[in-house]
Amino acid sequence: MKRFRRHGQESQRERIKQELYGFNKTVEHGFPHQPSALGFSPSLQLLAIGTRSGAIKLYGGPGVEFMGLHDENAAVTQVHFLPHQVELVTLLDDNSLHMWTLRAHHGVSELLEIGRFTLTGPPGAPPSVTRVTAVLAHSSGDLLLLGTEGGHVFIVKVPGFRELEERNISLEKVTNSVPEEYGGRRSLEHVESLQENPVNPRQVLIGYGRGLMVVWDLDSQSAVKHIPATQQLESVWWTEDGGHVLSSHSDGSYCRWKVAGDDPQSEQEKSEVPYGHFPCKAISKIIQLPTEQGPPFLFLSGGMPRASYGDRHCISVIHSKTHVALDFTSRIIDFFVIRDGPDHTGEPSALVVLVEEELVVIDLQTEGWPVIQTPYLVPLHCSAITCSHHVSAIPLKLWERVLSAGALQNTHYSKKPWPMTGGQNLAPDPPQRDLLLTGHEDGTVRFWDASGVCLYPMYKLSTAGVFLTDSDPNDNLNQGTEGEWPPFRKVGCFDPYSDDPRLGIQKIHLCKYSGYLTVAGTAGQILVLELNDEAAEQTVEATVADLLQGQEGFRWKGHTRLEVREEPVTFPPGFQPFALVQCQPPAVVTALTLHSEWKLVTFGTSHGFGLYDYQQKNNVLVRCTLNPSDQLAMEGPLSRVKSIKKSLRQSFRRIRRSRVSLRKHHVNNAAKLQQANARLEAELAEMELAPVQRKIEPRSPDDSFTGLVRTLYFADTFLSDSSHNTPSLWAGTNGGSVFAYQLRLPPVERRGEDPVTAHPAKEIQLMHRAPVVGILVLDGHGSPLPEPLEVAHDLARSPDMQGSHSLLVISEEQFKVFTLPKVSAKMKLKLTAIDGSRVRRVGVAWFGSTRTDDYGESGLTVLTNQGDLHVVSLPGVKLQVQYPCIRREDVSGIASCVFTKHGQGFYLISPSEFERFSLSARCVVEPRSLVEVSSQTPSSTLPRAPPDGASVERRNSTRDGAAVLQEIQKSLEVDQTTFLENGTSALAGGKVLSS
Amino acid sequence: MVQSTGVQRAKMSRHQRTPLKNTNNVVEVKSKFEAEYRRFALKKSGTGGFQEFYRLLQTVHRIPSVEVLLGYADIYGDLLPINNDDNFYKALSSANPLLRIIIQKRDVDEPVVFATNSLQRRKKGLAGLRPAQQKTKPGLMIGHPQDFRQISSIIDVDILPETHRRVRLHKHGTHKPLGFYIRDGVSVRVTPQGVEKVPGVFISRLVRGGLAESTGLLGVNDEILEVNGIDVDSKSLDQVTDMMVANSHNLIVTVKPANQRNNVVLRGSKVSVGGNSSSGSIGSTISHDLAPSPASQSVSHYSNSNSVAEGDSDEDGDIIIESDILPYLPDHCVSNGNGSHREFPLSSSLGQRPLPQSIFLPSSGSLSDSKASLNSLTTPTHNGSPTKTSSSQESMREDGNIITM
Repeated sequence: MKRFRRHGQESQRERIKQELYGFNKTVEHGFPHQPSALGFSPSLQLLAIGTRSGAIKLYGGPGVEFMGLHDENAAVTQVHFLPHQVELVTLLDDNSLHMWTLRAHHGVSELLEIGRFTLTGPPGAPPSVTRVTAVLAHSSGDLLLLGTEGGHVFIVKVPGFRELEERNISLEKVTNSVPEEYGGRRSLEHVESLQENPVNPRQVLIGYGRGLMVVWDLDSQSAVKHIPATQQLESVWWTEDGGHVLSSHSDGSYCRWKVAGDDPQSEQEKSEVPYGHFPCKAISKIIQLPTEQGPPFLFLSGGMPRASYGDRHCISVIHSKTHVALDFTSRIIDFFVIRDGPDHTGEPSALVVLVEEELVVIDLQTEGWPVIQTPYLVPLHCSAITCSHHVSAIPLKLWERVLSAGALQNTHYSKKPWPMTGGQNLAPDPPQRDLLLTGHEDGTVRFWDASGVCLYPMYKLSTAGVFLTDSDPNDNLNQGTEGEWPPFRKVGCFDPYSDDPRLGIQKIHLCKYSGYLTVAGTAGQILVLELNDEAAEQTVEATVADLLQGQEGFRWKGHTRLEVREEPVTFPPGFQPFALVQCQPPAVVTALTLHSEWKLVTFGTSHGFGLYDYQQKNNVLVRCTLNPSDQLAMEGPLSRVKSIKKSLRQSFRRIRRSRVSLRKHHVNNAAKLQQANARLEAELAEMELAPVQRKIEPRSPDDSFTGLVRTLYFADTFLSDSSHNTPSLWAGTNGGSVFAYQLRLPPVERRGEDPVTAHPAKEIQLMHRAPVVGILVLDGHGSPLPEPLEVAHDLARSPDMQGSHSLLVISEEQFKVFTLPKVSAKMKLKLTAIDGSRVRRVGVAWFGSTRTDDYGESGLTVLTNQGDLHVVSLPGVKLQVQYPCIRREDVSGIASCVFTKHGQGFYLISPSEFERFSLSARCVVEPRSLVEVSSQTPSSTLPRAPPDGASVERRNSTRDGAAVLQEIQKSLEVDQTTFLENGTSALAGGKVLSS
Repeated sequence: MVQSTGVQRAKMSRHQRTPLKNTNNVVEVKSKFEAEYRRFALKKSGTGGFQEFYRLLQTVHRIPSVEVLLGYADIYGDLLPINNDDNFYKALSSANPLLRIIIQKRDVDEPVVFATNSLQRRKKGLAGLRPAQQKTKPGLMIGHPQDFRQISSIIDVDILPETHRRVRLHKHGTHKPLGFYIRDGVSVRVTPQGVEKVPGVFISRLVRGGLAESTGLLGVNDEILEVNGIDVDSKSLDQVTDMMVANSHNLIVTVKPANQRNNVVLRGSKVSVGGNSSSGSIGSTISHDLAPSPASQSVSHYSNSNSVAEGDSDEDGDIIIESDILPYLPDHCVSNGNGSHREFPLSSSLGQRPLPQSIFLPSSGSLSDSKASLNSLTTPTHNGSPTKTSSSQESMREDGNIITM
């Protein structure tokens, strides 16, 4: 009976858990790591990016995103959309071709792989015969021409990849149909390019690596013309009128050939080396587009003088008298041009360039060709990300002020809307405004709108202006002087070079109610900033916090403190610093918390922690947490871990020793060198033979960095007796210590004059000595105390001050609840002792139920060093759910994780990409978008019928978006009811919109 | 060195006589004081406690006013002390059949050596005592039995396969390092499909003088199968390391010893253990042994039933300092019974005379703040008043600083 009842409760709890928690990786923000291919569909207005890890990502209008991953772990080398269709073909490094489609399912499109194909040559043929080097998706929509390394062109029918063997264009057929002097003597080499005649789809141009180009008639299966270029071919472009062919070559030249007329041999009209005289690098791609009036646009990538500018990544745009060499900061992958008009055949409107680290879009119709700000694919890593901070549910007022401050920074961008408009974004409006703040190595903090699918840049704060650094902000090396040749213009914002690594931002805390922000950096600097809508000129007052507190025998070997500008600095509208604390020694700040109601900031380093009153601009408390035996903590940032230091030392010694012996060898004899080499080899062999060992030893107080402050926390709680609650400060260290201070704040009217005081109240030394990573006070109801000012803004229930509070100390190994004010252990959850994992990241989150709006629970979101996500209940500290999320080897991914207050999180999957995940069943942000074939198909061939019934109703372009949305919702409801009625497996493979 | 003594021990056990049952309940006693011998008989039941026996010996040897120390030779020939009821009864029970008592004058200048190997184990018996004393390098010191701590044990012999060994290491209170390293390796398992190679975790090194080495229960290349009851299968080396460190205060490792010759073999009621006797390792015992050696008496209340549950019991050893003024000068100590006292020797010693082994920590030169404050606590004359224990909250308000354990 009893057992039965308990079982019932358990199953009920299981049901609640299902309503509360659900793990999803929802969307990837930022710029794909190592892009390797670019594709564009003018009809769908979608761009596709393939990466070296085999991912394929599609982007349309803002919010329209799709992602697919090839099963093969091979780089995507080419992406081609089939004209006027929703299919695209990818070519991978392993010579396999893959067909993808956007299939509508319950009103939402999904990217699906629907076929794969690898060319098979005749038996016994070398692999080069079928190694694909060029792909042409023929405008008929059902043919794919594949040029290979062996010089053959295979014709394949799509979809389905059926080889049309009889129509293949073999190298022999081509050599037989061109004069002997071009074809026979030497191999034509691989097929470099395949181009379709824009006016006659029966004709294709085959460009061979050695230079020869042949116009091939697909119907008569014979060569119509040949173009006798002699330079190594790089790319070919067939002008829109079909009259000319442009070819670019490896010597930096491009040629124009006339192909109209009946002469089987085309004549060279023009040959030019645009950056000539001296040897130039290859022009890897050439595009020429006509304009309605006047001269055409010419786009060339590369072709720079080899000796002087061979290292530049340039695309030259030439239009009439205007000639600009767009100078990118990373390697160019590919580019294309978007054209105006319903058929996308009008004026060139934008140049889209994919470089290795970002996507740059140039507005070609505005004077000066400004850059259009991208709504997605933003290079998060334009300076390396050093930390991140998420703030949920931003009040509208602060949101607007940040936006307007950001708008003032973006005046140099083009006013034109984003030119890519494909698909419809069907995702519901985000329920709240969320901010993601990223700290960067160059001392900037970037504010991102993280409410929805697009991580949109809002505002950039730079802290470098407060300090004197080596770089002078006025010297701009990129500004080209008048008459410079080539006419460079720097574009793109990816700039990984930091002038001073000390500027790096390590910790950020923003109070969303008051607009106060505090940021802390690598050289122990803590800035307190205030949001100001006007520009202001002010000096930033610096206060030094001596964290050593007279501890003797230490010598700081790390970097020096940053020098502060003495003179007033003009700060633009936005967050403006007004107070600065500099830790001494200037070690990296490891913990930072702001309490805007009390006007206090607390900060910690590896040496101790301090409390700063930013109203009176003085230090309230400085406490050293150093262990006298911990010498390593003092030596600076280089020696982070003992073993690394030791191994470094050893390897340096070894190098020195070998150098010494080498030097000796010069004066002495060869035998000694041999000896030294033998010794070195023996040492290396020994190192390799010695297995990886781990010492099993309890942590001792003598371990290194036990004093490092890991977490700081403000709480208004019962610290010393159970009848009066007082403000308190809590600090947790790497050595498992918790220090609690009772704070005395003067009454509000005397706040400016009377000092704030802090008295030590409690110390807890956890027996297991694991690093304390989180401290939390739970109120009488067992819920976490609200954030400062949250209650004052009526955004949180005021905490229960009647019942007894409890203290939750989260170490890397355990979650432990203590009573307050008398600290005694109440309960705990052991993690490491049970499964060997350790807490790396922890956050407090509120999980709403999917079933009812009014039910929710608080919980801890935990990321372990094994890459697993856990949810731990509060106040009972019981493990609720556990999901594998990040590979355990991905240390930087695990370290970068940041949780939101509503059960979502972000972590870096590459230096430039955040993966967004959700642990909450209710709060999920994921792309929902629909892409359909546009009804205007200029081609004579009709697109095939869409595969899914849901997209039969084609979008009428005259209808407005809301009506479409309604319609979709209607059809969706129908879908759902039918699903409910007959219970078929309509769900298979698809997603159902949650109502 | 460990292995050679192991072999020696194995030999010993083979020559060992089975203890005779004294049917008449009388123990034959041969006691020796300086050069004099006395022989007498003692009733096994009905003998009083240690004090009574002490007086009896004083009478028998006619040394009523001389302060003496009593020792006896156990079955292995080790000289062990008799100074309380417990070890007196143990001595009686271990009479084999003769109980050999050695009486020595209590002499401050020349401390008595009770030690393993202090008596030669050959047939010579008592004759070995003299050479042992004359040795220039005396054997290990053995303190009073109440100071004895269990540092290791083999547990769950009854439920484990014979090829496995579950070893419990007690780190608490000792300043010795656990002293071992682990590594990745390849383990060979026999499966129905045949022999299979699977990754495993092995002991790679024992630190000389460390706890692990001194117990003799763990050896290099022993495969680690479980840590505190949790299977380490499919766990990474770092994970296993973290688990072991997290459990280091009461570490229970189940190993498959590389040397399978010294396995515990269950045989009837008396356990004859090859190679794992108490000799050679201080206080190392086999909990399954029905007649525990004196060394284990102070901790003989350990049950050997469920190692995981026991592992859970010892943890709340956090040190909490609550103060209004300064946390560094605590002048008042309280034991609030939060944790388990036996696990933290400090709590039992507070308010008593400081016992060297439980308080003195030789690494005091590099003590952390908290340890320093602990050390200052153990000085009862710190503020001139004897330390009293109290667990009430009011006293905290009055006196300020409180340490709870």
